[in-house]
Amino acid sequence: MTVVIPPVFLAIDMFNLSHFRMILIPALWSGLWAGMLLTVVQSIQVIPTLLQAEVYEEQAAAISVHSHSSSKGAQTHQHEAESWQPQNGWERTAYTAAANISLAVGFALLLGAASNLRGGIGHWRNGLLWGLAGYTIFFVAPSLGLPPEVPGTEAANLKDRQLWWLMAVIDTAIGLWLLFFSKTRLNKLLGSLLLISPHLIGAPQPDVHGSAAPAELANTFIVATATANAVFWLALGSLMGLFSRKNQVIKK
Amino acid sequence: MFSVPLLIDNIDALSRSDALKDKILPSLLAGVLGLVLLYGAGFAETAQLHNAAHDGRHSASFPCH
Repeated sequence: MTVVIPPVFLAIDMFNLSHFRMILIPALWSGLWAGMLLTVVQSIQVIPTLLQAEVYEEQAAAISVHSHSSSKGAQTHQHEAESWQPQNGWERTAYTAAANISLAVGFALLLGAASNLRGGIGHWRNGLLWGLAGYTIFFVAPSLGLPPEVPGTEAANLKDRQLWWLMAVIDTAIGLWLLFFSKTRLNKLLGSLLLISPHLIGAPQPDVHGSAAPAELANTFIVATATANAVFWLALGSLMGLFSRKNQVIKK
Repeated sequence: MFSVPLLIDNIDALSRSDALKDKILPSLLAGVLGLVLLYGAGFAETAQLHNAAHDGRHSASFPCH
């Protein structure tokens, strides 16, 4: 008797579904918990600064609208005010939590994808190292050129900044990978070059630096986000290690 | 006479296809899924999405506005 295998099963056989599940399930759980943790840490030390800066931004916008000036900041602000935005308070926090969890699951999937190529994370202590790498790639490297900004800060063209951000992230990721995992000196050298190249090129800067908020507020914001993101990434990495391990145990 | 190199070739081909099935393809799929989520929450320009994720984007230091 000949057994006919439907093409769907052949397609599934093309890749190992259980390995994909071993990335997906820990990523969902780690993203959920780390995203919630980030929301708590943020609402304690990041959001108060952000809200303070928004008051300055609104004042500046009101003044420039009143004097019929067409400054870029005022235009952006008005454009945002026209469309829906969450009410301050619980609604705004809930949407921020949802955004944080989505970002966290996204980051966790990338962490899981990268570590799967190296045989998985397996332990929360290894997870801390993967988390540290994520923090360096997605926060430290781009922030060196484009520091975290409170609303109402003058900045260069959005598309240019996004492109530079993307370049910094990709270069740092490949750079760290080559530096830590490649065996030849030439590749390690190439990795180091990739790590510094975005900063040699330099991030796009605005023609005139300025902000509606005072400079201390901008500095407080940088310290606050640097701390919150460090806590978040270390938690995300170690949770990925913890949940990947559990998942493997269950599988056995 | 040709059996030994042939066997080695086969093992090589087998482990290569295993690496593809176990590592590369699952990682690729997870990576693409992660990028889609990051794009939606961090970069999509729809006003509603931007305003909902506004504080998260500022905090994550994504280029915003």
